[in-house]
Amino acid sequence: MTHAVPAISFRETTKCFGQVTAVGNVSLDIEDGSFVALVGASGSGKSTLMKMINRLVEPDSGCVLIDGQDVRTVFAPELRRTMGYVFQGIGLFPHLTVAENIAIGPRLSGTRLPVERIADLLDGVELDKSYAARMPHELSGGQRQRIGVARALAADPKLLLMDEPFGALDPVTRDALGKRVRALHDRLALTTVMVTHDMAEALLLADRVLVMEAGTIVTDCTPRELLSGKGCTTAQELVAVPRDQAKALADLAS
Amino acid sequence: MSDIMIALFGLGDKLASHVLLAAAALALGISVALPLAVWASRSPPVAKIVLGFASLVQTIPALALLALFFPILLSLRVVFGEGLPTLGFLPALLALALYALLPILRNSVTAREHMAAGVLEAADGVGMTGWQKLRLVEAPLAAPYIMAGIRTAAVWTIGAATLSTTIGQPSLGDAIFAGLQTQNWALVLAGCIASAGLAIIADTLLGAVERGFAERKKWLIWGGAAIAALGVITAAWSLRDSSDEDPIVIGAKSFSEQYILAQLVGKQLEDAGYAVEYRDGLGSAVVHNALTSSEIDISFDYTGTLWTNQLKRNDNPGREVIYDTLVEWERETTGTLVLGKLGFENAYALAMRQDRAEELGITTIADLARRSSQLTVGGDVEFFDRPEWIAVRDAYGLNFERQRNFTTTFMYDALTGGEADVISAYTSDGRIVADKLMIIEDTKGAFPSYDALLMVSPEAAQDQKLIDTLSPLIGAISVDQMREANLAVDRLDDKQSPRDAAAALATAIGL
Repeated sequence: MTHAVPAISFRETTKCFGQVTAVGNVSLDIEDGSFVALVGASGSGKSTLMKMINRLVEPDSGCVLIDGQDVRTVFAPELRRTMGYVFQGIGLFPHLTVAENIAIGPRLSGTRLPVERIADLLDGVELDKSYAARMPHELSGGQRQRIGVARALAADPKLLLMDEPFGALDPVTRDALGKRVRALHDRLALTTVMVTHDMAEALLLADRVLVMEAGTIVTDCTPRELLSGKGCTTAQELVAVPRDQAKALADLAS
Repeated sequence: MSDIMIALFGLGDKLASHVLLAAAALALGISVALPLAVWASRSPPVAKIVLGFASLVQTIPALALLALFFPILLSLRVVFGEGLPTLGFLPALLALALYALLPILRNSVTAREHMAAGVLEAADGVGMTGWQKLRLVEAPLAAPYIMAGIRTAAVWTIGAATLSTTIGQPSLGDAIFAGLQTQNWALVLAGCIASAGLAIIADTLLGAVERGFAERKKWLIWGGAAIAALGVITAAWSLRDSSDEDPIVIGAKSFSEQYILAQLVGKQLEDAGYAVEYRDGLGSAVVHNALTSSEIDISFDYTGTLWTNQLKRNDNPGREVIYDTLVEWERETTGTLVLGKLGFENAYALAMRQDRAEELGITTIADLARRSSQLTVGGDVEFFDRPEWIAVRDAYGLNFERQRNFTTTFMYDALTGGEADVISAYTSDGRIVADKLMIIEDTKGAFPSYDALLMVSPEAAQDQKLIDTLSPLIGAISVDQMREANLAVDRLDDKQSPRDAAAALATAIGL
């Protein structure tokens, strides 16, 4: 076991929306360099938990630490500029070119991103540098999400947060982009937190899978442990879906 | 057609004033609406209040909104001092700017409401501060919608600016109001064409800017804005003050007699070397206030009007007593100089077609009262609210079946056309003779006398040369001479302009 400070720590973190407890008293350490998937049904609190890391949601009680420092001690916009954020809505700015979209984070803190760096970032998500001058509406959904990933990585973050990043993509694009992100995670030594409702995606990409239900973490295992039957019933029901599908496909083929 | 062209070419100054007024009102409207829109987009209760207020303003007729600023500014003089203008550019600017608020606000708020949630989340997610989000995301995305609102506001403002004539601000409305009054349709059409053309040009230019924002074409944005700015600058340059001295401002209410008298006095002053400006088409209530506050220097009023409206009296102590009391009252309370009577009377009187009066056997108002429940009475737009009408109505027990308002010109047409049986005519009106009308006798003397007066503002009354120049007009005009001049302007065939009629009148009275 390493005794280094965890990259992200939740300390008895709670967030309620009216009467509903979205996240209830969660304590959790995420180690530097890990790829963590937060899995659960809609309303289980997984997105809320992740958004407390970059302060898009503020906890009612408890706190979130990054490298041991309380996130509330940092001005929220500056905090967010130090981490990458990718989400299902993609949210490319429709009035800016691809290059301007990618360079927006550094631009906010007063840095101009050189053309070569933009080309590198495009290359990282397997797009030609000629895309730099295009407008978002000229791109396919998959291409747009690639740009979303490139934008998230533009400021050299240590932390990558992804909220259902591949949810709206077709299966082929989804698979390719998932693998690409995992490769980037390894190459850039990122700490990645990915929210998803797709257990297969979580099992294939993450090193650690957290299953959430009603605002609490009910299972915390590696993919291998989950496949070998560890974890609560909810987790095993989620794992059963892709496993049964794989088995059915194998039976069909034989 | 050529009449319209000639009238159009004569509108240069009015057009320039119109452009400046509309542009200034639009600029003020924008500079108030945009910060309000940003505030509203951050706070739903503010959005509700702001949009509610702007909509409320929109339900006030533009004409009333313009007129309302006169008393508002007058009361604000307590705070800002006597120098605060209550007529002309300032109230017109404020009223029109208020009018421009709604379309800009509504479009800005709507644009913000319809902005994709993902884009706004991304703006926060990439680490924008509130200001950066506004500048880099919200403003550029809302710009085409805001421009569409500005376009609508521009067209409304240009249209409503024609009404600023009534509060003494020169605009294309001058031509429309004067033309309507004197049935000079070429002038009316010229005013309408110029104002519509201006609206179309503004709409096209701002439309180009809007498209520039929507399609992100910078040259369209800058091109449209530059041409529009050039137009405004040209208008301002053409109106630059060429004379050093303060002009003498002559006010006129919105009927032919007043236009003619204004031209008569204007010519007299020009000959004496004064620079003269005209504020035609002012509302009757506005004129007196404008004069006592020295916004205008010279006006023409009538003893009966001042007696009832300013002194709030409804008794009738006799012609001379009324006049003397008035002169004294004006000197004591407002400092305004009643220079003297012009010589004729323009009284309110009830008039009918001669044939119709004979048919019904009506010669006095008492006769009329007996038949009034089957008759329709027509009055000019203010008549039925005037104390004179109330006094006459109550004195004779008049109770008409219907009561209808007309502009002065159409009132006479209504009588000859049978739309009204009785109208509130003016005794100096040339149409009484021309249309074969009969004045119904006021045996009880319920209408006060209406001697026409030449009035001079407290400021201008200090100018002895001005007083000397005006003095020959006192007692100089007989009612027949005035009727003839009025008819020359009001008749349908062989019409004269007020200026020509004034020249003829000047000759007739030997000036």
